[in-house]
Parts: sequence; C-alpha cells; structure tokens
Amino acid sequence: MTNLGFDVLFKGSNFIRLLLGVWVAVRISLISIVLSIILGMILGILMSLKNPVINAVSKVYLEIVRIMPQMVLLFVVYFGATKALGLNLSAETSAVIVFTFWGTAEMADLVRSSLISIPSIQYESSFSLGLSKVQTYIYVIVPQTMRRLIPLSINLITRMIKTTSLVMMIGIVEVLKVGQQIIEANRKASPNAAFGVYATVFILYFMVCWPISSLSKYLEKRWEN
Amino acid sequence: MDFNVIREYLPIYWEAFFLTIKIGWIGILISFGIGIPASFSMFFKIPVISQIVKAYVELFRNTPLLVQLFFIYFGLPKLGITISAQTCGALGLGLLGGAYMAEAFRSGLEAVPKTQSEAAFALNMSKGQLFRLIILPQALSSSVPAVVANVIFLLKETSVFSAISLMDLMFTAKDLIGLYYNTTECLTMLVLFYVIMLLPVSVLGNIVEKKARFSMFGE
Repeated sequence: MTNLGFDVLFKGSNFIRLLLGVWVAVRISLISIVLSIILGMILGILMSLKNPVINAVSKVYLEIVRIMPQMVLLFVVYFGATKALGLNLSAETSAVIVFTFWGTAEMADLVRSSLISIPSIQYESSFSLGLSKVQTYIYVIVPQTMRRLIPLSINLITRMIKTTSLVMMIGIVEVLKVGQQIIEANRKASPNAAFGVYATVFILYFMVCWPISSLSKYLEKRWEN
Repeated sequence: MDFNVIREYLPIYWEAFFLTIKIGWIGILISFGIGIPASFSMFFKIPVISQIVKAYVELFRNTPLLVQLFFIYFGLPKLGITISAQTCGALGLGLLGGAYMAEAFRSGLEAVPKTQSEAAFALNMSKGQLFRLIILPQALSSSVPAVVANVIFLLKETSVFSAISLMDLMFTAKDLIGLYYNTTECLTMLVLFYVIMLLPVSVLGNIVEKKARFSMFGE
C-alpha cells in the first residue's frame, strides 16, 4: 500500500506527456470557444430582433442543444456523418464542430438575455440626449452588455475544457487517454498506477479550470451594479 | 434505415433507457441530499464545515465527471475501496450534482434581500420563523431555474457512464455499432431515446419555472 503509483509520473517523459494531453484538451476548447463567441454573438443579436422565423428556428436549435448530451452529438457527428454523408472528418474536427455547435447556442442565449436585460430607459434617455442609434449602441448598450457577458462567457470556457474530457471516447489522445496509456504500459512495474495517475489528471483539470472560473466569479462580483 | 433492425434493438434500448433513468435519478436525489445541507452550511457560515464544503464545491465544479468517475472506479480500488459500476455512477453523479446544487441553493438564499429579514424582525419573528417562513420560500423560488438547469445537466451527464462499462444508452449504442455496424439506426435510436428521456423534463422544468416565480412579484 506504500506505493500509490505517483512514481510512474516521473519515469521517462510521462509527466510531459500528460501536460501535452492537457494542451490538446485546451486547444480544442479554445478553438471552439473563439468560433462560438463569434457565431453566438451574431445569433444572439439576431434573436433579440424578435423576428418570428428566426425565433422559431433558434428555439428548436437551443432546445436540441439543451437536451442532447455532448457525447451523443460527438458520436452522431463523428460516426454518423461518415456513414450518412460519406464525409471523412478527423476526430479533432468533429470535436470542434460539436463544441462550436453547443457553444454557439449557449453564447447566443447569453447575448440575447444580456441584451434584453438592459432596461428600455437606457435607450430612451440616450435618444433624448441626442445620441444616434449607432452611438447609443457603442457608448451605452454594448459596454453594459459586455459587463454581464464577459464573466458568463469566461465561465463557458471552463465548461468547454471540462467537456473536452469526452473526446477520448472518439479516439483523440488527450490527458485522460494519455493517463490510461501510462497505466497500461506500467501495469507490471507499478500495479497501483491507476490511483496516482487519475488523481493527477483530476488535479490537472482542477488547476486549469479553477483559476478561470475564479476569474469569472471575481469579474461578476466586481461589475455588479 | 432498416426498421427490422430498429424493432430488434428496441428491447435492448428500453432496458438501457430504464437503467440510465434509474441511476440518473438516484444520482440527482443524492445531489439534493448533499446540496441542500451544503448550501445551508455556506449560508450560515458555519466555521470549518463551510470551508470544507467550499473546497468540495470548487473541486467538483472544476473537474469533469469523466475524470471523477475514472478516479472513483479505477483509482480508489487501489486503496482497497471497490465499488460496483452502478454505485460508482450514482455516487459520482451525486457528488458532481451536489456541488452544483449547493451553489444553486446558496445563490438563491443570498438573493433574498436584507430588507426582508429586517422587516421580519420588526414584526417580532424569531430567527427560526424568519428562516422557515420568509427566507426559505423565497430562496427556493429564486433557485428553481438553476435547479432545473442542473437536473437537465445531470441527466445529460449520464451519457458519460458508458466509460466505466455501465450498460447505459450510450454504451448500448456503441456496443451494437461495434457488433453489427448498423451505425445509422443505432445513432438515430440513441438520439430519439435521449429526446424521450429529456424533452419531458425540459418542458416540465419550464412550467415549474414559470409557476415558481412568486418571489419576483412586486419588483
């Protein structure tokens, strides 16, 4: 019982490999979050226009994202697209597609709700001060929307990073898979490696996500009006 | 799309569906059991306990369920703690959900304005009455949207159970695809079963959210 398998981490380049695995997860989520922020802003603004067609379509889209597990979406895109459409997507591309599909919906909802939450008095008073429509948006509405939006979208980044742990199921070698490989490779030499390696992966995820979610909490508190 | 295949697989999927629901709801019950006391301890700032609860909430909110399950299912047996896949699934989901529920209820409790307690004291209510009759109903009402979102989130997270070889919907679909290569049928059924599982919860959640808005009245 003295050996809990932490020693495996320091054999060869095992720890570096784990860190590279973390980077794979972070890279996928960063690409997806950038795409989701851009697409989500566009969709969110479209949704706040209250066009009945856009509203109906976006409602269905948001409901799909709300009730479909990301894992199912990953499988549908990775295995289903290959079979049904003959597309040969790499695992990483399909992961980015799924996370962007999911993130865009979340982001659009955040943009819409923070646009709606700005009271109409704000618009009315800026018009009465003689600001044009563009000026109203640039100087009054967007800064207030940003204050609500930024903490929430930072929080979305941590959720993305956490969800990337699922991509190992479609064969991407990220931190959890690397951990599994290390455990398999050292099954004879240190049979207890599962404890040490998985505990390390646990801590690694925490060390990546915790600072980001703390930042989001801090900003949310600071910008509360 | 081959409907004979679908008819053949249907019983297997139903079995997996009920298993998923069972473990999902047990996990959600555990998460309520953990979340409510945890949120109280944070709200009343009970020394030591509230710090431990805070650490637990941060730890489980900032790590993915898959990693937690791997640690519980593959890591803990090395310490001599062996748990069956089903117990591990429910426990992992409960621990994850507990952290989310604790946050939901805590922010609900803290959303009740100070004037409410002051008014209650002015009416000569005791501390117990204040909490039971004034704070709790309003806190519950304002935490409903977060709780509904958490329940849906937790039910969705059950798809991760397949990784610890629990025969849930995801595992069944993966297994059948691997055996017979009926990818289209299997994935369609998987999607449909998740719709059956989550659409009612989502619709019901919306209704509950609308009914429970009473704390917002008068604003």
